[in-house]
Order: sequence, then structure tokens, then C-alpha cells
Amino acid sequence: MSADPTPNELIRFDNVTKRFGDNTVLDNLCFSVRTGKHVTLIGPSGSGKTTILRLLMTLVKPDEGVIRVNGGQLFPAGEKEVRQVRKNIGMVFQQFNLFPHMNVLRNVTEAPVRVLGMPKDEAAERAKGLLDLVGLSDKHDVKPTQLSGGQQQRVAIARALAMRPQVLLLDEVTSALDPELVAGVLDVLRDIARTTDITMLCVTHEMNFARDISDDVLMFDAGRVIESGSPEKIFTDPEHERTREFLGAVL
Amino acid sequence: MNNWDWSAVADFMPAFWDGLLVTLQVLVLGSLLSFSLGLVWAIGYRGPRWVRWPVNLFTEFIRNTPLLVQLFFFFFVLPEWGVQAPALTTGTLAIGLHYSTYTAQVYRAGIDAVPAGQWEAATALSLPASRTWFAVILPQAIRRIVPALGNYVISMLKDTPLLMAIGVLEMLQQARLASAHSFQYAEPLTVVGVAFILIAYPASLLMRALERRLVR
Repeated sequence: MSADPTPNELIRFDNVTKRFGDNTVLDNLCFSVRTGKHVTLIGPSGSGKTTILRLLMTLVKPDEGVIRVNGGQLFPAGEKEVRQVRKNIGMVFQQFNLFPHMNVLRNVTEAPVRVLGMPKDEAAERAKGLLDLVGLSDKHDVKPTQLSGGQQQRVAIARALAMRPQVLLLDEVTSALDPELVAGVLDVLRDIARTTDITMLCVTHEMNFARDISDDVLMFDAGRVIESGSPEKIFTDPEHERTREFLGAVL
Repeated sequence: MNNWDWSAVADFMPAFWDGLLVTLQVLVLGSLLSFSLGLVWAIGYRGPRWVRWPVNLFTEFIRNTPLLVQLFFFFFVLPEWGVQAPALTTGTLAIGLHYSTYTAQVYRAGIDAVPAGQWEAATALSLPASRTWFAVILPQAIRRIVPALGNYVISMLKDTPLLMAIGVLEMLQQARLASAHSFQYAEPLTVVGVAFILIAYPASLLMRALERRLVR
């Protein structure tokens, strides 16, 4: 069906197609991401970037193709295998999606306790460490609705990291924020990108941020990767006409 | 009022207290049954097709046939198939089942109002289905629907007299028996009517207060 994955390949899409009705969002897509890399997906809206993250998080299923993560198969796969493979993946959403009825600490400890079976005090200790990391050490007992958007998004980052994922998916994480709150969130992510070996897949319109943290940039158009390379290459000397047009419009 | 006889009221009171106890028993147990069964139906509505279909069919059937018909069916027909229970048990189960098809609709609305992002966050954290339902979705859904559920409890209270049709000794049945005995109808029926108001009206005020607090 497909070639053996290269040794440190963490994510691999083989001939993945996803349609919503008549609209083909991903068209026979093939790409792979190596362990520890920070990959940014750019491209016009509707080009299928977010769908890739949602496929990896198993929020949607592809119509065709094979998706592998960390040697396991995410699609096609049975319920049990999906569960096993999915634990390697964490996601931060555009709209934060914190649990509004739980305080900040409980938002971060819920999954480690219930899914990983971590003892409650250990989970709380780790959660406090992560909330320190995102600069919210004084907000443990607060409900998410009492926080600013930027603070909520930083809690969501801590919540995703608490599951110790190998892969962190970032879906336009600053798009819903007021402009003055964007920098705080991006600084936290830069910090995580620099100090951990977590693999990141990032959909963003913040091109400066993309340039800062990325090892690779993938340019999408109409459900395909039309160009990929280092951020220097893509942002300063793109080969494809569509890439030039797109960067001209957003930069 | 002509010929109002306080001694008829006094004569009726012992039977009235018995009837009130039965009515409240039906109401409490029937409500608990309707809350829990309704939740089962509502979760079934979100299940795979082979769960959703039969649950839909069954609840639509119960909801669209009169409670009185169901009472007769459970009390007179089921025993022919070997399922027999005392009138009070049958009545409580029937009214609880009937109202569960209404509370199911309320739960469904509450569950649908929880943003899709909450389900997605639960998936992203790999929370098991039970945890997703009971720790994430339902706490948010139920908060908003407590007043609506409460209103169905009040409706159920007002439907409890139907149980006299199968011989349950609730308040109205007690009043009817007392009247048949003494030929004084006004006093027992008035006592029962006042009792309904005294329970239902404060309860509906409570629900309105809850609505202001919980639904924003």
C-alpha cells in the first residue's frame, strides 16, 4: 500500500482524500512530518489546512487514504487502535473550548487523571507547573469565563500539554483573540517550541510567528501541497506563483 | 357559600392526608423515573442508527398516546401477559414512563445547546464516552434545563388524578370516595383543589426563580 516509514517519521498521510459533499477539501494528499519538527501549514482559507489537523485529531474521517502516527494507524483503524494512537496527539483550538464549568486547574487535570490514570495530587502538581509555564500561576481556582481570551488560550495550551502528547496541533490559535493578546500566546508557544522536543503542526495566519518557529512550511492550495521548504526559502524565495500571490496578500 | 359544612372538611381530613401522601409518592418516584429514563432516551437519540431508531419510535409512540390509555393498558392488558403489579406501582411506572418522553425532549434541547467545541475538546483529550457525557456535556446541559424539567414535575402533579382510573388512592380518589359516602361533594373536592394550588403555585414560582438564576 505504501512505502515503509522512514525511521523518525512521526506522521504520514498517504493518498488522503476528504470531501464535504461535492467539495473536495483534500485531494490525494501525501506528506509526512518527522519527530520533533515544527511544521506550519499556510495557504488560502478553504485550502484544507484545518482539515488536516481535524483528521489527525479524529474529529473528522477521511474518505480515502491512510493516516499513520507514531507507527500506529489512525485511519483506517478500529476504535481501540484509534484510542491508542490518538493519545499521542493534543490540540489547541481557535475558540479555546475550555470546559466552562470547571476551574482552570481542573481543566488541566481532568484528562491526565481520567485517561492516563494519574493520581490526583500528582496531576495537580504537574498542572501547576504547566500553568506556571504559560504564566497563569495565580489563576488555579478561577473559572475560564473570568479570564481574557489570551489567558483562556494559554490554559488550553497547558491542558493539551498535560497529556504529554508527542504531537501538538495548533489550529489558528490566535485568530479569535484581540490583537493586544496575541503576543502573549505566541510567546508561550515560542517558548514551548524552543524548550521541548514536541512535534508541532501549526495552522496560522501569523507569518512572523510561522517564520520564527517553523522547521518546515507547507503551502496548500485546493487540497494539495503545492510547495514546501524551510521558512527562509518559502518566505523569501518561493517558487510557485500561487505562493507568491498568497504571501503578497498576507504579508 | 351555601351550606358549607366544616365538619365535612374535618371528616375528610384523615383520608385527605393519606391521599396526599400517595400523590406525593407518585410525584417523587415518577419524577425520578422520568428524569433518569428521559436521560437514557436523550443519550439514545445521539447513538448510532440502530439505537436512535428504536428509541425515537418508542418515545414518539408513548408521547403521542394519552396517559390514560397507557394506564389502562398497563393495568388491564399487561396482566394477561403475566406482568402484574399493584395499582400504585403500575401508576407510578406509567406516569414516569410517559413523562420521560417529555423530559427526553428537554434533555435533547439542553444537549444540543452545548457547543460542538466541547465534544471536540473531549475527543482531543481522549476522554472516554462516559466521562464526556457525565463530566463535560451533561453538567453544562442540565444547568440550563432544570427549570424546564421542574415545569414537567408540576404538569405531572396535575396529571396524578388520572391514576384514580386504575384505583390508586391519591387525593382525588379519596375525595370521591368520601363524597360518595357522605353525599357532600363541595368540601372534599375544595380541599383537594386547594391542596393542588398550594403545591403547584409555589413550585412554579420556584422554577421561575431558578430560571432567572440558571438560564442566562
